[in-house]
Amino acid sequence: MATTQPLNLKYDRIKGVHKIPLEEFYTSGHRTCQGCESATVMRGFVKVAGPRTVATGSTGCMYVANTSYMTTPWIIPWMHTQLGAGGSSAIGTAAGLRALMRKGKIAEEKINVISFCGDIGGGDMGLGGISGALQTDLDLLIILYDNESAANTDIQATGMTTYGAQTTFTPPGSKYRIMQRRWKKNVAGMLAVGHPTVRYIGTACASYPPTDYLNKVRKALAVGGPTFIHTFDPCPKGWDYHPRYSSDIGELGIRSGIFPLYEIIDGRISYTYDARSTAKGRIPVREYLMRQGRFAHLIDEDVDYIQSMIDQMWEEWEIPGVAPIKGELTVKP
Amino acid sequence: MATTSQRPTIGGGIWEREDLLTGCQAVAEGVRLADVDVIAAFPIRPYTEVMDTISKIIADGRLDAEYIIADSEHSQFEIAKHASAVNARSFAGSSGTGWCYGFEALVVTATDRLPTLFLVGNRALDDPGAFGVEHNDAMAVRDMGYLLCWVNTPQEALEHVLIGYRIAEDARVHMPMALAMDGAFLTHSQHMVRLPSPDAVQRFLPPLDLGERRLHPDNPISIAPQVNEDWVMEMRRQNWEAARRARGVVAEAYGEFNQVFGDRYQAPYYFDEFMTEDAEVVLLGIGTAAAPGRTAVRRLREQGQKVGYVNLRWFRPFPTVELRESLSRFKAVGVIDRDFAHGSPDDGGIVLHEIRSCLYPLRQRPAIVNFICGLGGRDISIAQCQEMFATTQRAATEDKLDGFVSWIGVRE
Repeated sequence: MATTQPLNLKYDRIKGVHKIPLEEFYTSGHRTCQGCESATVMRGFVKVAGPRTVATGSTGCMYVANTSYMTTPWIIPWMHTQLGAGGSSAIGTAAGLRALMRKGKIAEEKINVISFCGDIGGGDMGLGGISGALQTDLDLLIILYDNESAANTDIQATGMTTYGAQTTFTPPGSKYRIMQRRWKKNVAGMLAVGHPTVRYIGTACASYPPTDYLNKVRKALAVGGPTFIHTFDPCPKGWDYHPRYSSDIGELGIRSGIFPLYEIIDGRISYTYDARSTAKGRIPVREYLMRQGRFAHLIDEDVDYIQSMIDQMWEEWEIPGVAPIKGELTVKP
Repeated sequence: MATTSQRPTIGGGIWEREDLLTGCQAVAEGVRLADVDVIAAFPIRPYTEVMDTISKIIADGRLDAEYIIADSEHSQFEIAKHASAVNARSFAGSSGTGWCYGFEALVVTATDRLPTLFLVGNRALDDPGAFGVEHNDAMAVRDMGYLLCWVNTPQEALEHVLIGYRIAEDARVHMPMALAMDGAFLTHSQHMVRLPSPDAVQRFLPPLDLGERRLHPDNPISIAPQVNEDWVMEMRRQNWEAARRARGVVAEAYGEFNQVFGDRYQAPYYFDEFMTEDAEVVLLGIGTAAAPGRTAVRRLREQGQKVGYVNLRWFRPFPTVELRESLSRFKAVGVIDRDFAHGSPDDGGIVLHEIRSCLYPLRQRPAIVNFICGLGGRDISIAQCQEMFATTQRAATEDKLDGFVSWIGVRE
């Protein structure tokens, strides 16, 4: 259950925005859009992981827009991997390095292995591979950067697009107002529930609360073993708002409770933004939705439905944000 | 044909011991001897026994390696690919539609020029499910930048794991190797196998060294960033050049192998010939079809017929010059295809097309006929091989038979 006790984990905590390391390992050369929060996720993880890191990046906008031939932004070693290979690329890299170190073929040292994938790569196609990675005993971190669409191919809906959103696969029409009728897949929760030996699973937003994401990466790397972080990345192009508002949209999303922020360390969950009505509470989700063009076609009834789902998640789920199971334990005689 | 004139000494020298092994078990011993670092396993018949055997080898402490039980073939090949990228020697494998499930990962392993080795225990493609051999699975990677080779005995299988890594990891090549063997007929048939000593293997197979292509914090490169029309063609050209260079390296590797292990293989290495010295017509096939093929040759020779058998071991790189030289000596060649290429020219098989294309520039070329047989693991009998020889002999004299394609052993 939720705890207010800080977890006793030794890691190099970043104590405020002024303490964020200045050195960059993800620099100029990428072609991401103005206001791209996924690029902030990239820049952040490598900044706090440092130069003794090997990264693999699945196909997605953080490949196509991010890493172009002869203008790579990566100061650290980086390798492309296929759309559904977020998990398996991390396994191969980590297993290769571990075997070489154990057999004395390369120097023994801690090298961080970090694999990133988008919502369609990680949450849809690559889910099996990530599950496989989380069953290993290898030190690796998988970051799922979620901008709620296939953003590289012109904004198509994925399994993690918010209900009701307009995308190029889910355009509102004269017969159907809503084509995106699937509720957002809860990947971090599903992975946490399904992989009890994993010692760190977290969700994060790169801009809110400040330093929260960076410290989560630090914690995941400090805990060791296979770990997973799911980030919530507002996308000006796909979500249809002015690029200057990216961090505002992220903050509104977290404060509305539509994307729960938590971390699970050794089976203990800690909410980094407690949106229950008994705690900080939630702003109405309308304030988050109506800032984005992708929801412009929704009517009150749709917004009420989304609000009711969020309310249920925080007030009725046995473990808010993680397990959509509610009610008392009943046993049939 | 891989032959030794004298029985080599077992124990104490080059050959450590002898054991009764299946094709799969022999490959597993090859993986042990190659000191592979990362193995990615997933079950599918008939290749699976190699992974069963490797896991027991590791459990018994005979190999120090990461053994990953993958969630799919796609993950298997991705794991092997990324392990290879950090300069670890890796191994994976599959069969039939499992191989196809991993196809995306197979392709990028080749386009990234990562020198890993994959076993293909040839199996018919679904649907319907069938365990028997067909070559379409391995053939699917033939144009992707793979080294592709078939072995015919467990001894050759073990030796070609070592030869395969030697060629694949050569800096002039850096291509992945698909080592193919017929499902059931070789994966599951037992032969006595001589196991080389680790010392001898070390003399033949140097450690993997990707050099400046190694992914490591000491060598912070970006591998496979996005390119478009401005660079892809140059990269394809580099892969094309590597595949061309591989031809020379193949011969070099066999030469070195013979030096360490005694004269195991005869030039031109890519294929071996049986009783072809004065032959007028030959059958050419891939894989275990050689067994009934060679027996049929012996029987027809007893009747005074000038026939022979050519066993094609290497499909990529394809031995263009060597085969031209060899096959131009004959009046007719019967090409056995244990695969299909529906709707292709003359509705023949894949091997037919490659052989015809290879021989086309010759002024004087043999008549070529094609036999589709043994699909789905159906036995190829000695009698059927004799029947194929009869057709090929007719093609040597009857012009109208050139290009004739027939299905052997099928219910009409």
